[in-house]
Formats: sequence, C-alpha cells, structure tokens
Amino acid sequence: MTTFTASAVDSGKETRGQRRTGRPVTGVGRPGFAWAAPAAVFFGLFALVPLLLVVVLSFTRWNGLGSPEFASLKNWTKLFDDPVMVKSLWLSLLLTVLGVAVQTPISILLGVWAAGRQRNRAVLSAIYFVPLLLSVTAVAVLWRAVLDPNFGVPSQAKWLFGDGNLFGAQTSALGVLVFVSTWQFTPLHTLLYQGAARAVPQVLYQAAQIDGAGRVRQFFHITLPQLRNTIVTSTILMVVGGLTTFDTVLILTQGGPGTDTTNSAYYMYQKAFKSFDFGMASAIALLLVLVASLVSLVMVRLSGYDKMRSTMEGV
Amino acid sequence: MTRKRPNYLAGLGSLVWLFVVGLPLYVMLIATFQTRADYAANGPLGFPTDFTLDNYLDDLNDGFTHYFLNTVFVTVCVVGIVLLLVPPLAYAIVRSDGRATGRVFRLFLLGLAIPSQAVIVPMFYLIDEAGLYDNLIGVILPTAAFAMPVCALILTGVMRDITSELYEAMTVDGASSWRIFLQLVLPLSKGGLSTVVVFSALQAWNGFLFPLVLTQSSQNKVITMGLYDFQTEHGVDIPGLLAAVVLSMLPILFVYLFARRALVQGLMGVGGK
Repeated sequence: MTTFTASAVDSGKETRGQRRTGRPVTGVGRPGFAWAAPAAVFFGLFALVPLLLVVVLSFTRWNGLGSPEFASLKNWTKLFDDPVMVKSLWLSLLLTVLGVAVQTPISILLGVWAAGRQRNRAVLSAIYFVPLLLSVTAVAVLWRAVLDPNFGVPSQAKWLFGDGNLFGAQTSALGVLVFVSTWQFTPLHTLLYQGAARAVPQVLYQAAQIDGAGRVRQFFHITLPQLRNTIVTSTILMVVGGLTTFDTVLILTQGGPGTDTTNSAYYMYQKAFKSFDFGMASAIALLLVLVASLVSLVMVRLSGYDKMRSTMEGV
Repeated sequence: MTRKRPNYLAGLGSLVWLFVVGLPLYVMLIATFQTRADYAANGPLGFPTDFTLDNYLDDLNDGFTHYFLNTVFVTVCVVGIVLLLVPPLAYAIVRSDGRATGRVFRLFLLGLAIPSQAVIVPMFYLIDEAGLYDNLIGVILPTAAFAMPVCALILTGVMRDITSELYEAMTVDGASSWRIFLQLVLPLSKGGLSTVVVFSALQAWNGFLFPLVLTQSSQNKVITMGLYDFQTEHGVDIPGLLAAVVLSMLPILFVYLFARRALVQGLMGVGGK
C-alpha cells in the first residue's frame, strides 16, 4: 500500500539519520545484505516475478496448455469491447463505493466508542473481533446457509424479505454482498480506529470541555480530524479489498443472477479457470491492480498523507 | 476519560452491532446440534428439540479429518518459512547501513499492495512449470511469500524499539552480528515474533485462492476447499455444512483465546497512525 510505503520508509530514514549523528558509522558488528538476501529472493520469486509475468501474459494468447503466444494488444482491445467486462468494472466500483460508505461510519463510531477504557467495552470488542478470525470462505458459506431461499431466515420472515430469494434479483444480491463484507471486515477497521482514537491527546478534549464544547462538537472538531491518517489507511484497505472481492462472490452468488453480480475479480477467475483464456485474465488482473493503485495514489496525494502532515498541530 | 455522563446512544449502537455479529453465530451453533429433519421443521431460528452431535461426527468421517491434517501441514510449513526468513530480514533492515537493504524493504512494502488475485494466473503458470501443481508444497510457497510483507512490517517495528545503546554495548564487547541476533535481537523481539506466528498461521489456515487454483485432487484438499466443495455438493444439508464451518474455526478460536493480545496489537500496529 502506498500509505505504508510512505509512513514506514519515512520513519526508516529518520532512525537512520538519528543514528548517524554524533557517532561514526562503521560496518563493524552490523549485519550485511546477506541477512536480507534469502527473504528477498524468496519474496521476489513468489510475489514480484509473478507480478512482472502478469504484464507479459496480458500481451499473449494462452490456454494453459503449451506455451503462451504473443498477441500484441488484442486482449486489451477485446477487454473494452466486452460488455460483460465493462459491466463488471462498474459493479466492482459500485461494490467498493457501497462498501466504503457503509463500513466507514460504522467502524469509526464503534472504534471511537471502543477506545474508552471501561471493562464492558473490552469484552464487547473481543466479541466483535470474532468474524475477523473466520476465513472468507467460512463466512460466505455461513451466510449462504443463513440466507438460503428454502431453509434460511428469509423463508421464515417473508414479510421482510418478500419471496425470500435474496439471490434472485440484482439489488438484493448486491445488498447481500455488501452486507456480508461489512459483517466480516468492519471489526478490522474498528480495531484500526480504536488504536488511533486512543492516541488522541486527552489535552484536546479537556481544552474543548473548558470551552464548553459538547460531545458531538468534540467528535467532529477533535476526534475526526485527529483520525485523518487512519481514515486514509482504512479507506485504501477497503478500496483494494473491495475491488478484489472474489471468494465472497464465488460462494454467495456465483456472479448471478445472470452476470448481475459478476465483478471484475470474479470475471477474471472465470476467464482464466473456466474459459482458459489466461491472456485475457491477465489483462483484467493488471487492470484491477492499476485501478487500485491509482485510487490509492490519488487518495494519498489529496489527503496530504504522503507529506505526513502532523495531526498534532496546535497541541 | 474526562467525560461525565455515560453516552447512552453509543452504548445502544454498540449493542445493535453485538446483535448483528452475534445472531448469525448463534444461528450457526444451534443449527449444528439438530438433525436435518429437525432443522427443516424448526427453521433457522428455532431451538433444537433433539440434541445431536451426528453432524460433527459425519463431517469428521467424511474427509474433514484428512483436510484438517493437510491444513495443519500447510500452516506449520508456512509459519516455519516465515520464522526462518523474516527475522534476519528485519534485523538487516533495522541495523544494516547498506543501501541495498533499504531498497529491499521498499519492495516488501510494495508487496503489501499486491492482491493475490493479481498474480494468480502467473502463479498457476510458475507452479505448473515447477511441477508442483496439485502438491501442497505448491500452496505453501506462495502463501508464505504473501504473508511476509506484513510480518516484515511488524518485526522491523519491534526491532527498531530496541535501543541502540544495547547494540553498541554488544558491539564494543566484540560480538558478531550472529551473536547480537541470537542473544539480543531475538529474545527482545519475542512479542513481535508471537504476533508474526499468529498472523501467518491465520493466513495459512484461512487461505482460499491458492489452494483453489493450485490443487485439484481430494487427497490434497485443505479445509477451506473442503467447505467450498461441501457447499457445492451437499448444499441442502445445512446442519452438516454449518458443523463443518464450526470445525474449521475451532482451532483458530482456541489460538485466539491464548494469543488475543499478540493478534490485536499486531493489527493495530499495522494500521495505526
């Protein structure tokens, strides 16, 4: 994530700078590059090489057997002529935007609330955490069973769910996808906000109280601005996660009804491992990475996160 | 907290969320103790009239024990690789004065942003070329690689907190990098190491995409694959399916009870300010 890059690299420079002041830097007793090499080689082989390879494969035709053939820009032109692909991109963006819009307010409120030190809050946060431990598979399977049209909760509460088949129409199927992701990932974001809210200096609240600011004003004028960096981190995580949602779609809706919930990540999987069009699938994968990094980059720039503007101003 | 009166609205909201989180877990648990006929008659919200453990026993006899052992194997190997490679990496990043290690660190941070879907096609190609298709080793290697960036981030954070006086003192005594690593860095990074173990184990245990694409035969199925197949093949046996979900999460819940602090601190550290 670009945010992580910015923050961690900056702090890295800082410590190295501090170390240099006042004492000569010698190589004696310091680990050399050899200490980092095994991990670097391993990671390069299984994460960075495939990333480069996906670029190459996106310009080839390959059905999984034999060797890839060069196909110049064919996959890329096909990509934007394919109505399902264009639709899937819109669905990816829609799912992402809805995910961020639903999860962010809930997790900020829960996180700020859980940052308090009372014992009941600690117990509740421990329970909130449980969905995060379950695999995406387990969560999707669980919800598929709970929402089953014939045996699940909707079949018993028809007054609320209509005919009970939430997977039969686009709106409700998309709703299920957003809801299930929210159920699983809100705890993670709550945790991020909880950590950040605890780091807000108490002096600020004391000063605000002396000025007579109520709870709501304190929240909007102190807590939210102080959480700015965490909001960026958390939103970027949601965006990347939202754009690449795959297992949930595969298990809950199989992209249906029709192609109404086929997002790009699921379409890529279908192209690769159902139609064996690996070149096209690589192009979709690359497009997703590009969109996700672009969104992250724009967010980091717009929010001033990369300049690491201090949230401690005025303290 | 300097606040005076309790915030009832926030308390109410948190209870609503407790309901949202808890209700499905409750539905899941009670369903697993009912027979299929019972579940169909009572519906998902009814209380079991006949308590039974058959759903669990059936699952265990139906291959889940084997999937379990496969998953344990994958998890142990992934944690092993991460523990072997990442601590020396983090040590080099924090203490080395060469430029190369800084670049390596930046590459790992870049890796945080790579979703596994992005590389699944080339990964399939590479693993197939290496002759590791439908082999658990072929699942272990990429899973370990994708667990490494977060672990590196956690451990470099922990090792930076070791004061340079301690390093200097050992250097003055003439200790080699090896001795400093074994006698100073590792013992002082215990908290971070346990976070890394829990974190990489969680990722390996819950992994889905790599096993889905890189294995095929039932002999090499891991537990998430078992769940997925169960759902596609016997989707109507909801009590049996949910019992399998519970079985898949039991070890994780067990670990969570003991390692909650390590896990929560690791996650907070990664996303914090």
